[in-house]
Amino acid sequence: MSTLLEARGLDFAYPGSSLALHGVSLAIEPRTLTAIIGANGSGKSTLIRLLAGLLVPAAGEVRLDGKPLAVWLPRARARQIAYVPQSMSVAFPFAALDVVLTGRSPHLNLLGFEDATDRGRAMDALAAVGADHLAGRQVTSLSGGERQMVMLARALAQEPRILLLDEPSASLDLKHRAGLMRTLAGLREARGLSVVMVTHDLQLTGALFDRVVALRHGELAADGPPAAVLQTEQLSSIYDDAGVRTCTVGNQILVWTEL
Amino acid sequence: MAWRIPLPAATGARLTVVLSLLALLLALSIGIGLFVGSQRLSPSSLLSDPFARALFFRLRLPRVVMALLIGASLAISGAALQALFRNPLAEPYTLGVSGGGALGASVAIALGWGVRLLGVPVIFLAAFAGALAAVAFVRALARSGAVALPGALLLAGVVVNLTCSAAVLMIQYIAAPNSALQILRWIVGSLDVVGFSTVGQMLWLLLPAWMALLAFSPQLHLVAIDEDTAASLGVNVRRCETAVHLLCSLIVGVTVATGGAIAFVGLIVPHAVRLLFGQDLRIVLPGSLLLGAAFLVLADALARTALPSGELPVGAITGLLGGPAFLWLLRRRQQNVVM
Repeated sequence: MSTLLEARGLDFAYPGSSLALHGVSLAIEPRTLTAIIGANGSGKSTLIRLLAGLLVPAAGEVRLDGKPLAVWLPRARARQIAYVPQSMSVAFPFAALDVVLTGRSPHLNLLGFEDATDRGRAMDALAAVGADHLAGRQVTSLSGGERQMVMLARALAQEPRILLLDEPSASLDLKHRAGLMRTLAGLREARGLSVVMVTHDLQLTGALFDRVVALRHGELAADGPPAAVLQTEQLSSIYDDAGVRTCTVGNQILVWTEL
Repeated sequence: MAWRIPLPAATGARLTVVLSLLALLLALSIGIGLFVGSQRLSPSSLLSDPFARALFFRLRLPRVVMALLIGASLAISGAALQALFRNPLAEPYTLGVSGGGALGASVAIALGWGVRLLGVPVIFLAAFAGALAAVAFVRALARSGAVALPGALLLAGVVVNLTCSAAVLMIQYIAAPNSALQILRWIVGSLDVVGFSTVGQMLWLLLPAWMALLAFSPQLHLVAIDEDTAASLGVNVRRCETAVHLLCSLIVGVTVATGGAIAFVGLIVPHAVRLLFGQDLRIVLPGSLLLGAAFLVLADALARTALPSGELPVGAITGLLGGPAFLWLLRRRQQNVVM
């Protein structure tokens, strides 16, 4: 299978800080769901921002379709990769549909406006995340979870080949969390979408992802199928907590900590 | 929910309707600006009375054009800076850009730099440099991470404005009396102009700068929502920021060098456009350009006619309207802090 997005030996340090990421290599294949897990401050968000091209590595490189990310024109890159940040602060009361419509911008010409087709795709994207009822609402009046759904819809309206999500389920309730995963799994089948998601939700990870990548102190600690990574000993080391326990029930891997 | 004029859903059609409405309003305001004043003129008097004709072409028309250029410039700069800083209270005056420009212009006047460089009056260049230095300072502060408190950006702008005002006063104090009088104009903001030479000099700098700023409106629309989102949608955010800073500094520098630091136009007008026509920056930017022009032409007409004799500085009118508007927006923002 050809590699879609590849990280090779990534190093990154924020100004005035020690290395946030060191020597991380990763290859994302088409039609895969990959979870990035790790303790707070382990470098998960840094890695996903590097994959999105929002940060430039101090060493190493990211390649998209075999070409370094840096040589892609930004708009051409945006037609391939969509990114949803952990949170979004909005200063102006944009309508949710207007925010979702911005996902169409890489597909428009430079001074172009969205047409009826674009509006249709934006509404489809809102419906896909179960948020079509929010279309006319101002984003400043939405809850954190509702805003997260709007941002997800924006990324889906972008029609990318790779979706990079930074803790999208953190603010979502049980129903919308399950709905999100069903949508992503459906898009993988229908459009061949690849998803890379930073998450703390190990239950979700065990149930639906093809692969789990674990970071510890900015370095790759584990990379493999959920059944191989979500092991008691492995997770204890990743989270520096001897109380982590796992067990398998049917096809679900349950993870908890001894209190 | 804000009251809005019902508009077509498609952005392109909405833009056409908005620009047509605002162009009509601008035409109306130009008509009012041209024919009202201490000396009331009528189209028929222009044909029959040589004095009325001279007054119209030497004073009234250049002044209306000047108000139009400055109003349009301040409003489009305000709309662009608000999007860039993602702060509804940002505008050339509150960010200290006007203050920086006024200081640059005052230095040029005090030193007697009445010359031109490559056809551009040195006073324009000095005001541009002052505005650029102010915006660079505020931008550096915003980027440094030192700005942790909401509103710290605007506080930095206020500090820049106060410092620049103090420096302008100091220059005024030590400058020759005739220069001091000229500098006084920069403090209150004035649209006195005779003939078209200044207006012509402004036009060839402002028109290309407006066009360039308008060309950035699709990118500013994305930046206004969220910086990371804009970057992931293909916007080179740093390049966009630098270009918008340079263009706004040039636009504000040129307007301040000629009309002084006229407050709050860049705040009131973009907000009015947003309230009436929605948040899309591809509409807000050109809409602000037209409404800003109409607004200052009308404010100047009011400044010329409010007193039975003499006239008010136009900056006093915009300040009186803008101050309460600023406080209202501040209160609204505090109620809506969800970020």
